[in-house]
Amino acid sequence: MQASEASTDVIIVGAGPVGLFAVFELGLAKLKAHVVDILDKPGGQCAELYPEKPIYDIPGLPFCTGQELTDRLLEQIRPFEPVFHFGEMVEALTRTVDGKWRLTTDTGRVLIAPVVVIAAGGGSFVPKRPPIPGIEAYEGKSVFYAVRRIDAFRGRRIVIAGGGDSALDWTVNLAPMAGQLTLVHRRPEFRAAPDTVRKMRELEEQGLVRFELGQPAELKGSDGKLDAVVIKRTDGSTFDIESDTLLPFFGLTMKLGPIANFGLNLNENLIPVDTAKFETSTQAVFAIGDINSYSGKLKLILSGFHEAALMAQAAHRYVHPDKTLRFQYTTSSSELQRLLKVA
Amino acid sequence: MFVTVHMPDGATHRLEALEGWRVMEVIRDWGLPIKAECGGACACATCHVWVGEEWLAKLVPPTAEELEMLDGAFQVDERSRLCCQIIMSKELDGLVVELAPESLADAPPERLAVGG
Repeated sequence: MQASEASTDVIIVGAGPVGLFAVFELGLAKLKAHVVDILDKPGGQCAELYPEKPIYDIPGLPFCTGQELTDRLLEQIRPFEPVFHFGEMVEALTRTVDGKWRLTTDTGRVLIAPVVVIAAGGGSFVPKRPPIPGIEAYEGKSVFYAVRRIDAFRGRRIVIAGGGDSALDWTVNLAPMAGQLTLVHRRPEFRAAPDTVRKMRELEEQGLVRFELGQPAELKGSDGKLDAVVIKRTDGSTFDIESDTLLPFFGLTMKLGPIANFGLNLNENLIPVDTAKFETSTQAVFAIGDINSYSGKLKLILSGFHEAALMAQAAHRYVHPDKTLRFQYTTSSSELQRLLKVA
Repeated sequence: MFVTVHMPDGATHRLEALEGWRVMEVIRDWGLPIKAECGGACACATCHVWVGEEWLAKLVPPTAEELEMLDGAFQVDERSRLCCQIIMSKELDGLVVELAPESLADAPPERLAVGG
């Protein structure tokens, strides 16, 4: 992939509600931001875990869903034109020779800025790994948690495990080109779009998909080369499916990930900060939202919003050490209203 | 009232519980490492437990939503529940659950309560 490099005022890691609101507070201080997130969409947990679930404790919004909150924040920060990098995982954070931060992502992207804000919540969302002994040895050779190139699976004898949209979508998309495809799920009901379930049933009738009730329990093979997946039925009995490829789709879970290697102080997977600037023990690296810790911390979205506001004041001093940030209200300041593109 | 929790490493904890609290909250607030990523919204399947056989009949049966979310858990069987959906009541005093390995957090959350 073509390496891409960009410079900005602030790099925000995490596009959850707190990362998004940080764009707003930084924007009022005339600071530009790039936002990196491993998910392919904004919203973090609000979008990934509970887009349809109610939230009742956002000040001034008696009720909204996770997706509505995300949509409203995106609308609120639009005037500040943040640059998003979705579907990218941060890899490393290092100092440049002139004292700025250099953040790299797994696509080879390089971002340079004087300030970094970690708003990574519970960490990055990664696929759940089935607790099958020795599965790590097969990963990347026979076991895959995502499909990048459909063509790589042509002619393969595939087992897809799971009952959600990913499992069903890939069953339907891979069946026509697979050597053999078996969908394995613990029950006959699916948590997927009805239309996709119907297509899967059609493919099953055509003999292109085999459906088995059960859960993968064991892998047979050697040197990462899969020979068979052992399936456990509800009654505890097992059977083998001869196969060279397993695609487990059980959703996502959160892991701290590469942030653990940024050289920041960590306390039980959280980043300690002060409560005046929400800065970490590393200068010009801030941590806001669920990922930080301080005495009395409450993991509430509204706490993260407050933290973002104070962080922005301190970030401004790093980006413009020669300028004083005048404290103003959006209600009365024509300068802020111009920034918000309402005046 | 009490809940007994068997952890994946074999340790057993007898935790005092309050009526009306979710079993997930009891486990979390005593400082045991449970993922419970969505915080009790029945949206993530990372508070998966196996309930002691003798307690199954006393539980309020799982909703369709809980059964759907259990699709994101592993080694699911007829004793599987998401413990954020089990509310403590007098009938459940003495409840026994075993935490599924995938619901074990990497590090314990901040300790909110103290006690034996």
